[in-house]
Amino acid sequence: MMDLLLGGVCKAGESKKLETGKWRSFRPVVDRNKCIKCGKCADYCPDSCMEIKEDGAEVNLYYCKGCLICIRECPVKAITKEVEEK
Amino acid sequence: MEVKELHAPGHRACPGCGCAIAVKIILRETGPNTIIVSPTGCLETFTSPIRSSSWEVPWIHSLFENAPAIATGVLAGLNSQGNPNGTKVVAIGGDGGTYDIGMGSLSGMFERKDDILYICYDNEAYMNTGIQGSSATPLGAGTTTTPVTGDSFGKMVEKKDMVAIALAHGVPYVATASIANLADLKKKVRKGMDNPGPAFILMLTPCNVGWGYEPEETVELARKAVETGLFPIVEFENGNMVSALKIRPVPVEEYLKPQKRYQHLFKNDKFEDVLKAIRKKAEDNIKKFGLA
Repeated sequence: MMDLLLGGVCKAGESKKLETGKWRSFRPVVDRNKCIKCGKCADYCPDSCMEIKEDGAEVNLYYCKGCLICIRECPVKAITKEVEEK
Repeated sequence: MEVKELHAPGHRACPGCGCAIAVKIILRETGPNTIIVSPTGCLETFTSPIRSSSWEVPWIHSLFENAPAIATGVLAGLNSQGNPNGTKVVAIGGDGGTYDIGMGSLSGMFERKDDILYICYDNEAYMNTGIQGSSATPLGAGTTTTPVTGDSFGKMVEKKDMVAIALAHGVPYVATASIANLADLKKKVRKGMDNPGPAFILMLTPCNVGWGYEPEETVELARKAVETGLFPIVEFENGNMVSALKIRPVPVEEYLKPQKRYQHLFKNDKFEDVLKAIRKKAEDNIKKFGLA
């Protein structure tokens, strides 16, 4: 039996343990030489998978569902897709 | 890598969900000192399976029909304790919970002038239950309850005008926003929160499952909806229009053609009148709000 809290209360942010990256068919790959660190991919990612690091955007593949909105919205076309191999 | 958003990843929205983009951005602006209320809908479903909530702020699920009333109750509870931290109450509901099932309750919240920001993410049908049409489904769009077969061309009537309905209640802050313009969305969320009294924001959040397009096109379609004039970006304070996003209008076909729910309009000449009506809707919006 699952132990439930009174009133169906859930703890905050517990979804973080779900590896939604397993849903992915394609993965986005960032070309750091082209990335201008504008942050558009991070803003538009429905799953908060993009982090802008010192040398460019980095994809969090644990959560990335492979929707590829980042590829479509990147203003300098720094992101491409690759078939996910399981 | 640590994710610092108040809407945590690992939520179960479909890949490319427009609503998930919107909610992340809304919470960036509201900050942690906020209580969110959601009626039944996609958002509630994908953020709150038991023991996997993606909310990092206090959040409560009401019934389908009563999110605004629950929000009123939450606010009354805060106020009875003096609300020492100035906590804000924000309700976020889909078009089903807003245009249809929660309409009476929302009307009551508007009437009472409760200090609540109500945000509707409009994906124009009941998506998580299987794409049934709502009163937000636009003219000519096919859904499972506004089918396309024989002479049927999908939804037979125009969608409700929620902006006009909110304005008719004398809501002091009413605006529309797009997930293709996040700076504008954030600005409007801030204004809606700061405004004393009720505020209403309507956002169009494309749904690739229900509309029938590739997940990567979500933001692009939100942008096209604005550029065609079909979804005008406007803002009203105390009943007066204070801003309208200017556009260089593009043909409505650029918005309609990538979507399966409108495909029949391009395959059969007998639906030409429907296409004409959609074109006219865009032209009327452009004229009415002075968009071009």
